[in-house]
Amino acid sequence: MTGPKIIFFVLATAIVVFSILSIASRKILRAAIHLLFVLVAMAGLYYMMNFQFLAAVQLILYAGGIVVLIIFSILLTSQINSKLDPPKKSHLLSGAVTAVGGIVLATITILQFAFKPSQEPAISTNMRTVGRQLLGTDVYGYALPFEVISILLLAALVGSIFIARKNKI
Amino acid sequence: MNLQAEIPLDYLVVLSTIVFFIGLMGVLIRRNLITMLMGIELMLNAVNINFVAFNHYLFPHRLEGHFFALIVMAIAAAEAAIAISLIINIYRQFATVSVDDVDELKH
Repeated sequence: MTGPKIIFFVLATAIVVFSILSIASRKILRAAIHLLFVLVAMAGLYYMMNFQFLAAVQLILYAGGIVVLIIFSILLTSQINSKLDPPKKSHLLSGAVTAVGGIVLATITILQFAFKPSQEPAISTNMRTVGRQLLGTDVYGYALPFEVISILLLAALVGSIFIARKNKI
Repeated sequence: MNLQAEIPLDYLVVLSTIVFFIGLMGVLIRRNLITMLMGIELMLNAVNINFVAFNHYLFPHRLEGHFFALIVMAIAAAEAAIAISLIINIYRQFATVSVDDVDELKH
């Protein structure tokens, strides 16, 4: 076992264990905290693959934004000591069959497929390359999706304020 | 760091498969709107692992998976904001966030 392998297995175990805890926990605030651990471990995976910017965005946006939003909504809508109802037997059975069947099918397919890596030389993933491509308009530029996503975020912002306000116009 | 020699791509894809189906199971077995939202976040994150892993292992001469993952994150943020404002609105009308009790459209 070498260093990167150990780190990968620690991160992978943390991701799987905490995501199971996050759906199995009957205290809803605890489920949100387990989700936070999953997201932080995924940022660690991105760091391992040299995508520093993506890891930072994952930490800021997910761990800092979405989890805080979820915790706020938990505090607004539920009693903090109340436990969730245990799932119905039929729901539990159908969910487990779907999950296990899906994992087995997808894993068999993945292990049979031979992935062919491209032979072209790798480019660096530092902040300069990412920024130039994100705002570039040439062949590997992503300026259009960037602008479209900013309009979508603005629409979501205005829409969520309008939906959540108390007295409608 | 030469990750390709240490960890095969299959490991990452299988990991993301497992997380995806755990999230799906969370959506299926829970009846609380907020926990269902958490399951959806888990599924979106599993997809992100796939995008990033394929970018790093198979197409290192471009950053397509990287930008796809960024866009998925932005959509997830927008989706969480809308979903939570809807949940707060539902709580105001019905005083509950369980999907079994929210069963009428008209009030």
